[in-house]
Amino acid sequence: MNKTVNQKAWFFVLPVLILVAFNALIPLMTVVNYSVQETFGNNAFFWSGLTWFQEILTSDRFHASLGRQLFFTFTILAIEVPLGVMIALAMPRKGIWVSVCLVLMAMPLLIPWNVVGAMWNIFGLPEIGLLGKTLNTLGFDYNYTRQPGDAWFTLILMDVWHWTSLVVLLAYAGLVSIPDDYYQAAKIDGASSWAVFRYIQLPKMKRVLTIAILLRFMDSFNIYTEPSVLTGGGPGNSTTLLSIDLVKIALGQFDLGPAAAMSLIYFLVILLTSWVFYAVMTRDEED
Amino acid sequence: MRRHTWIIPTVYIIFLMLPIYWLVSMSFKTTNEILGSFTLWPQDFTLENYRTIFTDPTWYNGYINSIIYVSINTVLSVAVALPAAYAFSRYRFLGDKHLFFWLLTNRMAPAAVFALPFFQLYSAVGIFDTHLAVALAHTLFNIPLAVWILEGFMSSVPKQLDETAYIDGYSFPAFFTKIFIPTIGAGIGVAAFFCFMFSWVELLLAKTLTAVAAKPIAATMTKTASSSGYELGLLAAAGTLTIIPGAIVIYFVRNYIAKGFALGRV
Repeated sequence: MNKTVNQKAWFFVLPVLILVAFNALIPLMTVVNYSVQETFGNNAFFWSGLTWFQEILTSDRFHASLGRQLFFTFTILAIEVPLGVMIALAMPRKGIWVSVCLVLMAMPLLIPWNVVGAMWNIFGLPEIGLLGKTLNTLGFDYNYTRQPGDAWFTLILMDVWHWTSLVVLLAYAGLVSIPDDYYQAAKIDGASSWAVFRYIQLPKMKRVLTIAILLRFMDSFNIYTEPSVLTGGGPGNSTTLLSIDLVKIALGQFDLGPAAAMSLIYFLVILLTSWVFYAVMTRDEED
Repeated sequence: MRRHTWIIPTVYIIFLMLPIYWLVSMSFKTTNEILGSFTLWPQDFTLENYRTIFTDPTWYNGYINSIIYVSINTVLSVAVALPAAYAFSRYRFLGDKHLFFWLLTNRMAPAAVFALPFFQLYSAVGIFDTHLAVALAHTLFNIPLAVWILEGFMSSVPKQLDETAYIDGYSFPAFFTKIFIPTIGAGIGVAAFFCFMFSWVELLLAKTLTAVAAKPIAATMTKTASSSGYELGLLAAAGTLTIIPGAIVIYFVRNYIAKGFALGRV
């Protein structure tokens, strides 16, 4: 759409700007402020320059959390995106079953995150949870509160349960926007179902899938409540993702300086990666 | 091959429903049954857990608090996002693209990063532990989202609609309220749904910004989980009740939900 240049449009944006700036800039400045100071309590602060940043960037603890975070994010993306596309392709396109599918599939998205964590916490308990009991009856030695491998399995299964529907809904929205003519033309040409997927469905889903990957990337990097209720980062530190570690440092140990420096590094990682996604998305839009 | 494709969504939906079933079935069990034996459905069916929630003010106030701040947040976010989204979809102005991206970055900010500064900011302004505090804090990620969704829906409305209205003698406010808003009604519904959803499911900020008077249900639950030992039945009942508002709103937007997740840009 060709837009007209109109500087007065700023007035329309102003309320949004004021509200978001109040919420974003002031807390961000507080974080920046803490990140360059040292405190020994009593509200006395000393300038410490970039010491905290150096400390965080070279600390093994941060590297370990970041590593776990990256592993988590890429694993769930690798599972949720293909799985979501597969389910969307198999969904009915017409009739009452569409609504039934959509409503049921969207259910996990509307459950408060701590309830999701609590639900899976109970579901996985070896003695009284359906999942834990079933796995143990089948002969697996499954106990997610004791064994790191099982904790990871539960964590990833929970995220797949919670968020795959987002990918399904997005991919489905892309699929239903393909006109019937395309399929008919493909049929006349005798295209295989793989060719239909590769040359008709996938290109049409490209935009929505980019949004799906962007949203899943951002949200999985920010994930806090569900794993903290499910495993609390344990057993040991085995499932301590970035945000859990951050909250442990900031509120648990009240080390404001390192926590603030870590927040900023954390935020920058998300920002840079998301910017790349965003640049790709908007580039396609201008084509 | 096409005939058997229904199996995939069916299996997926069963997988989705299993943990929910377990939660709901547990909410009708007594604590003894939950801890004492493994039963697939309630043997000793009880409504005691629900009775506790509906009669104890610390429990049901949690729901009321959550619904109040979620409603304030939804109305506020959509109201300020409407003109902004219109500006982004219709005009070019100095710094528009940067501003749009900056708004999006707030959707990316980890709540864990902002928890402590938010606590200090809202305490300093003197609205700590009010519904308004949580509603305002949630606008951080809901306004960008609402702007993004509404902009998508508005951009699919041809500009001729605006131009014809002006030729017909409509002033801008009259056009916006009488013609434009009804035209993008579905988009507003979807944006409101998403604001509701993200405000409803968020806990970290809601918990940080409240103590007693505005404590959300989710925080009441975590407190119960840790303080009164292991009252799993009660916890399950409370969890089940938090699913219901979501299920109701999904039903209303079911035909637009996919488009909404695509941020109005399919």
